[in-house]
Amino acid sequence: MFQVLCIFIPLLAALFMPFFFKKISSIHTGWFVLVVPIFLVIYYAMFVPTISKGDSVIAQLDWIPSLGISFVSYLDGLSLLFSILISGIGALVVLYSIFYLDRTKEQLHNFYIYLLMFMCAMLGVVQSDNMMTLYLFWELTSISSFLLIGYWNNRDKSRFGALKSMMITVAGGMMMLGGFVLLSIMGDTFSIRELIGQAAEIATNDLFAVALILILLGAFTKSAQFPFYIWLPDAMEAPTPVSAYLHSATMVKAGIYLVARFTPIFASSEIWIWLVTGIGLLTLTWGSFFALKQTDLKGILAFSTVSQLGLIMSLLGVGAIAFHVDGAQDTIFKYAAFAAIFHLINHATFKGSLFMIAGIVDHETGTRDIRKLGGLMSIMPVSFTVALIGSFSMAGLPPFNGFLSKEMFLTAMLSITEFELFNFTTWGILFPIIAWIASVFTFIYSFYFVFKTFTGKGQVDRLPHKPHEAPVGMLISPVILAALVVVLFFIPNVVADSFIKPAVMAIQPFLYSSPGQIDIHVAAWHGHITTELLMTIGIIALGLILFLTLSKWQKVYNLFPSKLTLNNLYDFIIYELFDRWVGGFSGLYMTGSIRRYLSYMLGAISISVIATLFIQDAFKVTLVGATPIRVYQIILIIVLVIGTIATVFAKSRITSIVSLGLVGYTVSLFFVMFNAPDLALTQLVIETISVALFLLAFYHLPKYKKEEERTRFRFGRAFVSIAVGAMVTLVALSAHSQKLIGSISEYYKETVYSLAGGGNIVNVILVDYRGFDTLFEIAVLSIAGIAIFGMIKLRLSRKGEKL
Amino acid sequence: MEIVMAFVCGFLFMAAIYLILSRSLLRIIIGTGLLSHGAHLLILTMGSFKGSAPPVLSEGVTDFVDPLPQALILTAIVISFGVTAFFLVLAYRAYHELKTDDMTLMKGSEDNE
Repeated sequence: MFQVLCIFIPLLAALFMPFFFKKISSIHTGWFVLVVPIFLVIYYAMFVPTISKGDSVIAQLDWIPSLGISFVSYLDGLSLLFSILISGIGALVVLYSIFYLDRTKEQLHNFYIYLLMFMCAMLGVVQSDNMMTLYLFWELTSISSFLLIGYWNNRDKSRFGALKSMMITVAGGMMMLGGFVLLSIMGDTFSIRELIGQAAEIATNDLFAVALILILLGAFTKSAQFPFYIWLPDAMEAPTPVSAYLHSATMVKAGIYLVARFTPIFASSEIWIWLVTGIGLLTLTWGSFFALKQTDLKGILAFSTVSQLGLIMSLLGVGAIAFHVDGAQDTIFKYAAFAAIFHLINHATFKGSLFMIAGIVDHETGTRDIRKLGGLMSIMPVSFTVALIGSFSMAGLPPFNGFLSKEMFLTAMLSITEFELFNFTTWGILFPIIAWIASVFTFIYSFYFVFKTFTGKGQVDRLPHKPHEAPVGMLISPVILAALVVVLFFIPNVVADSFIKPAVMAIQPFLYSSPGQIDIHVAAWHGHITTELLMTIGIIALGLILFLTLSKWQKVYNLFPSKLTLNNLYDFIIYELFDRWVGGFSGLYMTGSIRRYLSYMLGAISISVIATLFIQDAFKVTLVGATPIRVYQIILIIVLVIGTIATVFAKSRITSIVSLGLVGYTVSLFFVMFNAPDLALTQLVIETISVALFLLAFYHLPKYKKEEERTRFRFGRAFVSIAVGAMVTLVALSAHSQKLIGSISEYYKETVYSLAGGGNIVNVILVDYRGFDTLFEIAVLSIAGIAIFGMIKLRLSRKGEKL
Repeated sequence: MEIVMAFVCGFLFMAAIYLILSRSLLRIIIGTGLLSHGAHLLILTMGSFKGSAPPVLSEGVTDFVDPLPQALILTAIVISFGVTAFFLVLAYRAYHELKTDDMTLMKGSEDNE
């Protein structure tokens, strides 16, 4: 119970933030916020001993029990690792933001409410075992991310970036919901654990591949995979603490989490392995290549995040192969899942610190443009050191943690080639080569980031601010993260035993019964020269050469046509396709003219009714039961038709009105002819009053215009009216010819006197058998009378005054 | 006779729709008048014309026509009258305020509001 509540603690705390901001304005609101993630870190750390043994803890709070939807906090290796990352980095980011955001100039309560909302959502995503609440929290991350990116909402770019990330991630989230629903149909449960238990049966279902692709779309959009990565660089308009937290360490890893979590269900599919590995590698290469094109510090980091996420994704894909092999071979692929989790931790540490450094540089110099920066090394020595550690770790150099995970990445990619499944023997050789090339580019942009900013000549005097070292408080968080980067290199196996192995067990649950069985020992030096080490040396050598000659070949990026980018595709879809084309298309038929709309509706109704009549073969005409035709009836019909024609084609209003009166009186004669005295009476009176009303209005309404005259015969108009007339006739004919049951009127005829005490059956029906009709018909008349009175009497002028 | 009346109703509907699709408000209202005539006659026709006496009890008569459609039509006549009256006054007011009875000019889009 308390375990579930812990997810909501940030949200509860958010309720109090406006109070702290308004009432205790002398203290930076961030200090109050800081308590929350620190508490959560301590709380989740207490689970580590249990979880590292391979157990899991579960707590449940029913929400909609009748639909099987409940808030579940399921802590196993994977979700605990993510929970600690979220709350731990959350604490560091809050601390950093206290010094980054000004207490007096910023709307801090807004910022921290969004941030706490996000923290709650993220904890919910990683701990939810119920797919419906997982989706709920998933969308809450999208929404809070939208709010945080658009935090400075007076800037156009912030709003654009916020909207873009919202459109893409929510679109993916919707797909994911579809996948979840399909899964729950297949497994008849919303619980992911139960679905994993039925993985074998689900894999044979027809909907399996559809659910797989839909869920992957959700994961790829959230984790900024190719081609959905385009929102991430634009999200860099957010305040830097947000970029560090959401767009490097936590939210973008929600997709990674999703893939890892669903691996036990989907890994049996070849599509899953190819898609996850292939898209991951493509994203890795693409992101690392285009990172060098960026001139904005945060832009470089955004592309590097994209590329590193691709790396983790591809490792998860390779790790899924472990489900297809057994015996000695599968240890290789366990290795891949291990490397994925390890790199996930490493990436969170070094990327978080790098973002914070980018923020410091921005804060202290007033610019993030790498072309204006340089030579800050001696002015900002601490920031430089942290940036150096982060970048070297990102590049994969010893003695930093990135080296270890990069080695394991190369090992995993090399191992694919030894493996005969799904064409990996033919195409497998490409994987290590692509991975190696991407690593070279990773190396170059890491160096590009740190050395172009901190070394070189620089034009320190021309910067917007006079640069100096950041305040101590701002440096605490990046220094802690940088320290972790180094510490993780020296004690990888401690982390591996307490966090990574339980997480790997969650990803590959069928392969082990306890985390102790995973016999992977991380070592910086294996005691002999391995292929991976040679590849790393190659990366360093080629990377250094290319970095030093960067200015010579950087022009290569100009070769790419600037119009053919994915961003332009997005703009095209949103602004051209939806705004202009679709808007223009609806402008074609939404003309604002009521006559057109009526034509559409009536035409559609009559065509579909006539078509249905003939498709269903429902049209029949029979003369059985019809009453004979008499001469006077024919005469009346001729009068009616003439009156109608005169009404339609009359040139003057008065002719129309009088002809309409003629039609009305003829109808009244019809009523006489068909034995309906009450109707005839009413029709006569009503028609008289109507004609009088028409004549009254005639005086006030203008003359028919010239173009309304009968020469102006419109084809469309005639077509619609003929179609409606034909529909009415056809339906009437076939309805009359196929009467299935008799009338209930026999009852009225028999009981009208005995039960109701009346002789006029129609009147008794109106006031006795069906008196309610009459009551409300009276109401209609009263309302019409009041409305007419109101319309004539009450006149509001344009200004709203009563005249 | 029912067969012929089906055609008459169809014809009334056709004329009514043709008027309703015109530009002048008065024509539209006249169209709705024709439409309600058509609908009333259609209800009567569908109720069948069997029976030779009006549905009023009198000595020695048993062959009444069906009273139920007549009751329905009576209600419909009154309602359509109320609506027509309201519609007419609406047209009068609209012309008074907007100085036009041309439906194509009464679009209410932002350019001519």
